[in-house]
Order: sequence, then structure tokens, then C-alpha cells
Amino acid sequence: MMPLWEVFIRSRNGLAHKHVGSVHAADATMALQAARDVYTRRGEGLSIWVVPSVAITASDPADRDTLFEPTGSKIYRHPTFYQVPDDVGHM
Amino acid sequence: MGFPVVMRRRGRGVNRRPFRFAARRAILAGMYSQALNHQDTTGSGAEDPRFQARIDAEDRIEPNDAMPDGYRRTLIRQISQHAHSEVVGMLPEGNWITRAPSLRRKAALLAKVQDEGGHGLYLYAAAETLGVSREELVDQLLSGRAKYSSIFNYPTLSWADIGAIGWLVDGAAIMNQIPLCRCSFGPYARAMIRICKEESFHQRQGYEIMLTLCRGTAEQKAMAQDALDRWWWPCLMMFGPPDTQSNHSDSSMRWKIKRFANDALRQKFVDATVPQGHYLGLTFPDPDLHFDEAEGHWRFGAIDWDEFRRVLAGDGPCNKERLDARRKAHEDGAWVRAAAVAYAAKERAR
Repeated sequence: MMPLWEVFIRSRNGLAHKHVGSVHAADATMALQAARDVYTRRGEGLSIWVVPSVAITASDPADRDTLFEPTGSKIYRHPTFYQVPDDVGHM
Repeated sequence: MGFPVVMRRRGRGVNRRPFRFAARRAILAGMYSQALNHQDTTGSGAEDPRFQARIDAEDRIEPNDAMPDGYRRTLIRQISQHAHSEVVGMLPEGNWITRAPSLRRKAALLAKVQDEGGHGLYLYAAAETLGVSREELVDQLLSGRAKYSSIFNYPTLSWADIGAIGWLVDGAAIMNQIPLCRCSFGPYARAMIRICKEESFHQRQGYEIMLTLCRGTAEQKAMAQDALDRWWWPCLMMFGPPDTQSNHSDSSMRWKIKRFANDALRQKFVDATVPQGHYLGLTFPDPDLHFDEAEGHWRFGAIDWDEFRRVLAGDGPCNKERLDARRKAHEDGAWVRAAAVAYAAKERAR
């Protein structure tokens, strides 16, 4: 059974690598080759990362509220929470 | 398309999800291989209403999310059949790569067939995020248990067929696929966005071939007409049985896997395509075809659904040839896969 790899592509310099899909391949070299053939037929990228899918640990969607809900009430983390008089100008 | 392996690893650990399906992960692959060819019996009211509420709110469902079994089964069936169609769809066109009339046409056809291979791979990866393995999917195709689009069981008899396939088959596919870009299942929708971007070139290159033939000699124009005559009706069948006979439509619409009914998409395709055919100076092989002024639609004659069912059941002109070609390709590649795995194991051991 061929291992599964997740493919990340940097579309141009200055941008982060972004997940685009997955490929099956026996090793990293072949995974890179397959990713190049499958995901970059039209100049979609300048750089590819392939990561063994087993190496990725993901959060559980069922934990979404536990993990992310607490920030919902912390509106003081946003600049618009603070009042600055118009006279002060742009800040 | 997602992180299928993570999904498999999870299953065993945390079990706090409300829908209590984590425990069944381990048996998914086996279960689906059995279930795929049976009609879904879901929609019986056993589902958690929270799932439908998410769908109704246009929330996208991602692989690790809780989902009803029927939703998962329907998607595995649809996405894998779609993948198989892309892969088998390489065969009728591959037939003409070595005989393309010019280098320009040959390069374009090669690129199109490569795209189809790529589309099959995006789609297999999307299906795998639902817990089915690639090996299982390939086995379903090669053993004849899984279906693929009936259109690819027709032969490509002349170069004009390559034009007709691009113009009509890819045109019909685009009509079907654009709404799938908004499918409720994230990985499928993302694969379709990629595919739709690439398909547009397929249709245009096909129409260009038809246009060149139609502006050529009388013999060339006759080739184009003959191709249209043979491909038109099978293309209308690509949208599936009429709404009154479609097995899966209701739940698929409710789950927003599907956004438009078969008949509506078919009509949209006919309305878009008939004027393109007339521009070519070709005649559609349908004496009943006429423009309905009042409704603004091109009305077409009765489709031979017996033919559709026959071809889908395995009795089309090329069913055996297509499956034989896929089986041979898979068997011929077995030693390459084995060698790659053995080499990787050896490198790891160093």
C-alpha cells in the first residue's frame, strides 16, 4: 500500500505554502514528482512541500467550541475596541 | 484534498463528538464496499437535525466532521464514480494521440488527457478523505462493481470525434460540474473548482477542431456531422435519468451535494449548445428539435433511455474494451509499484 502525502504549494515568492491536495507515493522523491505532475500543470507554483499524512495531527472538530469559542468574548484584542478621539487623527 | 490519515488515526482517541460515529471508523472501508451498489435507504428521519441545519446554513462539511452514513455513502459513490469516469475517459481520446493531424493538435490532446488523469487523482483523494482506500476504489472499478459515465463506452471512430468529445462531452461535464463547486462537502467542492478551471480549455479546443473541420473540405465537414450524429444523444444521457426516475436526487438535493435536477441541467446544456452547432453549420440528429419562443428554450425529442440503461449495465459498444484496458494498465504497472515500495523500504533500512 502506497503511503499518502499532503501537498503544499507556494504559488509565488512572498506567499506561504498552501495545502492543495494529496498524492500516494512510495517515498518523498516520488511524492514530489507526483505532486509536480498532478498539481502544477499550469504554472501553479514555485515550490512544493510534501508531508507524510501520518505526520499531521489535527484538532477534533468536536473540540471547536472548547478551542476557539473563548476568543469570541475577547473583543479587547481588536484595535476597534479602544476609543481614540477624532482630534488625535489616524492611529 | 484533506487529511484522511488523521481521520483514521482519530477514531480511536477522543470520543466527545455528539454523533457517536467515531467508533465505526475501523470498519468503514469494508462497509462501503458492500454498500456502494445498493440503493441508499437514508432520509428515514434517523439523522441528527443539527447536520441538516448546518447544510441549510450553507456551512461546508469537512472530512473529520460528523455526518450521516447516507451522506458519506452517497459522496463516496458519487466522487469515486466521477474519478473513474475521468480515468476511463482518457481511453477514447488516447486512441487518437498518435494520429492527431498536427503537432499543435497532438500537444493539446496530450495535455487534455493528462488533465483527465489529474482530475481522476484529485477526485480519488477527495473520496479517500471519507475513509475509503485508494486500493478499494480501484478494485471497485476493475472488478466492474463501480460505474463510470456511460459516455465513455462509445468508440472514437474518426478525428472529428475528438472535436465532438471536447465540445459536447466536456461541455456537458462542465454544465454538471459547475454547481458541484458549491457542493456541501468541502474536499469535493475544492476539487471541482480546480477541475472546472481546467475543463474550459477542453471544450474550447474541441470546438476549434469542429470549426476547422466545418470550414474545410466537404469530406471534413461530413466527418464533423457524423461525429455530432453519433455523440449528441449519448451526451444528453450524461445528465442521468429524468427527474421522475432518478434514484438519488432527493437526498442529494437536500444535502446540497447536488444543486440542480438532471432535467434542468440537460435543458441548460441543449440551450447553450444548439446555437453553437448551428454556427458550425451542422444539423442536430433530432427531427423534433425546435425553439420554443414562449419559454425561450430549445425543445428536444425523446431520449432512448433503454440504450442508456443497456450501456450502463455493461452492454455498450466499448464497455469490455475499456475495462480490459484499465485492468491491463493496472496489471502492467504492478511491478513498478512493487519496485518503488521495495526501494523505499530499502532506503529506510539504511
